Amino acid sequence: MSTFHQDIEATIPALRRYARALTRDAEIADDLVQDALVRALRSEHLFHGGDVRSWLYTIMTNLNRNRLRSLARRPVMTPIDDNDAPDAAGPEAGGRDIERALALLVDEQRTALLLVVLEGLTYREVAEVQGVPIGTVMSRLARARVQIKAYLDGERPALRRIK
Amino acid sequence: MVDNNTPVTEDELHVYVDGELPADRCEAVEVWLSNHPDDAARVAAWRAQAEAIRARYGGVVDEPVPDRLTLQRITRKQRSWGTVAAAAAVAAFLVGGIAGWMARGASAAAPGEVGLFTAEALGAHRLYIGEVRHPIEVKAGEKHLLPWLSRRVGTTLRAPDLGAFDLKLLGGRLLPGVNGPAALFMYESASGERFTIYCSRLNAPRSAFRYDSNNNFGAVHWIEGGYGWVVSGPMDKPRLKSIANAAYDQIESRTSPTTRSEADQLISRRGS
Repeated sequence: MSTFHQDIEATIPALRRYARALTRDAEIADDLVQDALVRALRSEHLFHGGDVRSWLYTIMTNLNRNRLRSLARRPVMTPIDDNDAPDAAGPEAGGRDIERALALLVDEQRTALLLVVLEGLTYREVAEVQGVPIGTVMSRLARARVQIKAYLDGERPALRRIK
Repeated sequence: MVDNNTPVTEDELHVYVDGELPADRCEAVEVWLSNHPDDAARVAAWRAQAEAIRARYGGVVDEPVPDRLTLQRITRKQRSWGTVAAAAAVAAFLVGGIAGWMARGASAAAPGEVGLFTAEALGAHRLYIGEVRHPIEVKAGEKHLLPWLSRRVGTTLRAPDLGAFDLKLLGGRLLPGVNGPAALFMYESASGERFTIYCSRLNAPRSAFRYDSNNNFGAVHWIEGGYGWVVSGPMDKPRLKSIANAAYDQIESRTSPTTRSEADQLISRRGS
């Protein structure tokens, strides 16, 4: 197996994690990973060195944006659980809240935040993945954090329990 | 040289939380935080968010990778698609890998009605040329293709014959556009290259041919009688230009050579 393939293979678990957080749906996430891998392998001859991992994150980020764009053409759906009874407390409740908070973010902000805090990319790497200056990455991060905080503070008081 | 007495900015707090602050400044930030409880609370909240995200999704890396995501499986599948898929594969890569770049270019352009319209057309082009199995909704051979799309889009549509360019009509699909329903016709060459023609209502004045290119895709668009048309394909301006000319002539039923050369002049004047 070539180094290129080995590098890709080694990144698959992290890609799945990133995809899961991006989509918050295990099936869609793995579809996205599959798409990204297919594209990466097909275009091996177009890869001119550099960091395979960043390149895969870039492909995945773009694929997800395409996916969201095609969703955006449909009517906007409001999450049905907005008016539902509050979640039972428990270890899962916190997880679902952060999930909802992420769902409310604009795609670019969510992507920037996840790449930094979940995938451990540097600001510079995220800037390359998103194709924007570092300053833009930072303002996306800042906005993401403000919004998540507002959501967790305001609408989900039970959440304060999460550390 | 970093002055440890400089007030800490919010940006720095983020950099600090994400571990990218130079060590010599960290200490100053920590002192600052001990004197500024509001900032300290924010920093704590951001850290808690990051931890919640990691707690929620971090475990995914320990899950066994499903079979369908192993490289072995994926490479096997690819081979079985054979060489016909090669051209489509390149196109698919462009969709995935280069889309970001393209989107950057697109968003840098002034939005406006026409910009939005061509962005939609290019988006549809990018999305559907990458489809190996379902590039279209209704095949070229089906009689209702044109009546159906014409009815939905609201004008009599023709799918131009591009046989002279070695392009065969695969079929078409209906799409939601910015101003209402849009039609997309897809053409394919023997080598698997794909071109699309997109049409939808567009409330903008009549315009001559304009050429836009975004990295690896090019598009020629024009507006006529309240409808916009976009011919998209690989970034090959002379070829796209001739295809757009032929399409225009057939669509607008103007076959006189005068129109063609007028269009030629327009495109060379405005399209660079």
